[in-house]
Amino acid sequence: MSFLLAPLQYEFMQRGMIAAVLVGIVCAIVGTFVVLRGMAFFGDALAHTILPGIALGYLVSGGAREPLFWWALGTAVVASLGIGAISKNSQIKEDTAIGIIFAGMFALGIALISTVRSYAVDLSHFLFGDVLSVSTQSLWLILLFGGLVLFTLLAFYKEFTTLSFDPILAATLRLPVDLLNNLLLVLIAVTVAVSLQTVGVALMVAMLVTPAATAYLLTKRLPRMMLLAAIFASLSGVIGLYLSYYLSIASGAAIVLTATFFFILAFGWKRMMSR
Amino acid sequence: MYPNVPHKHDQPILDVSHLAVRYNGHVALEDVTFHLHAGERVAVVGPNGAGKSTLIKAIAGVLQPSSGDVNIYGSHPDKHVCIGYIPQRSQVDWNFPVMVADVVMMGRSAKLGPFNWPRKKDWDFVNHALETVEIADLASRQISQLSGGQQQRMFIARAIAQESELMLMDEPLTGLDAPSQDGILNLLDRLKQEKVTVIVATHDLDQAASHFDRILLLNHRIVAFGVPQDVMQTNNLIQAYGGRLRSTENGNVLAVDDCCDNEHV
Repeated sequence: MSFLLAPLQYEFMQRGMIAAVLVGIVCAIVGTFVVLRGMAFFGDALAHTILPGIALGYLVSGGAREPLFWWALGTAVVASLGIGAISKNSQIKEDTAIGIIFAGMFALGIALISTVRSYAVDLSHFLFGDVLSVSTQSLWLILLFGGLVLFTLLAFYKEFTTLSFDPILAATLRLPVDLLNNLLLVLIAVTVAVSLQTVGVALMVAMLVTPAATAYLLTKRLPRMMLLAAIFASLSGVIGLYLSYYLSIASGAAIVLTATFFFILAFGWKRMMSR
Repeated sequence: MYPNVPHKHDQPILDVSHLAVRYNGHVALEDVTFHLHAGERVAVVGPNGAGKSTLIKAIAGVLQPSSGDVNIYGSHPDKHVCIGYIPQRSQVDWNFPVMVADVVMMGRSAKLGPFNWPRKKDWDFVNHALETVEIADLASRQISQLSGGQQQRMFIARAIAQESELMLMDEPLTGLDAPSQDGILNLLDRLKQEKVTVIVATHDLDQAASHFDRILLLNHRIVAFGVPQDVMQTNNLIQAYGGRLRSTENGNVLAVDDCCDNEHV
């Protein structure tokens, strides 16, 4: 018992646990649509694209962490709509267009951060997350914006489901298809901003797709897929932080590795059952 | 957000006038003009690439014509939620995590409006639709477990739950075995009794002639439009298909470029 309780005597561990669970739930449920619509690459690109925004905020605020959430949020929303517009109207193929923008913006972010002397440490926090430094104020922001994302998804659940399964049906039902598509991009963007401190830019896509993909292997019902994904993501957050504490592994990496382990288990189980 | 224009019943359910669709200089449809009255069943036939799918999408209002007009009961298709579009089965993600009843309920999305969840009335619509197409026992199956014929019935049920008055089906019979094809054709007979207008794109001239009130023979332009015996003249068929025609023993004419999945000739 003390094995489980010992890490929790530290307040930063408590806050880290809460953050990891909240972020896990939001990412997993939004991630359900990311997986079903094949938007993993978009999610990965979006997370990387916000780096220059964070870097700029970091430079402007002289290294303070608190305002970074707002910089991340603003950049993510602009970038998501930008990528959405470009991939729709581009002459070159969608994934190529996204790849060019994503790598270019990412390089710009690194360039900006490299002008600061403590560059290596700060950069690694943005890239891989630093959940143990989450403040109480950040927790409230995660709760507020994460809640907003989930509420919006729930409110438009039938529209998003119909649009994801059959876009032509959505069009003949005269649903506002473009508006809904953009709304989904914005929801993914807010999710990325909310998750930034927990897993960082580089591992974000794992939180969006891995728990949802694990759940997808185990059920063929959408509500159940969302529930299972949320459970896997929360468990990954908690287990990952214990691993991080006892094995001294970077927290974001430990969370993602745990989620990956769940996926491999589910994948193996599925293979055994179908034999 | 979810339009629902009152239907002008003195107007035809579908009025297509000088419709043209061009993609990057390539002509898919040119000067297509015809109209239909409620309850008619029409087969759209023509060679591969004749513009059948394009015509169906333009009628559904999901593809903007380059010129010309499509009107449903006197107004643009954008204004109607009564058009049921039934996709080609190959274009559907059959591993999507939904049950048969969920897919049929999607047809109610427009009537439900934003922020509303299905009520008892909507479930009644769904159950009635599933009973009409005789797959009520499959309501809680995952869609990947359906046979080809059942998949097609599910989409027809969705169009019924949508309360559609004009059903557009893109190749609904392609790839189905003969009993499943007959099942779907019988279903179309039942829809006719309920005054549903049906437009079916098909490769099968024989079926088109025997099961539909009218045939629209298409090759970018309308080659012929009317009752089967008028349309199915050899000169019309040659005009539509060129040299790719063959007669079968019982005197039917078959378009050979499309016949690969035609089991029952």
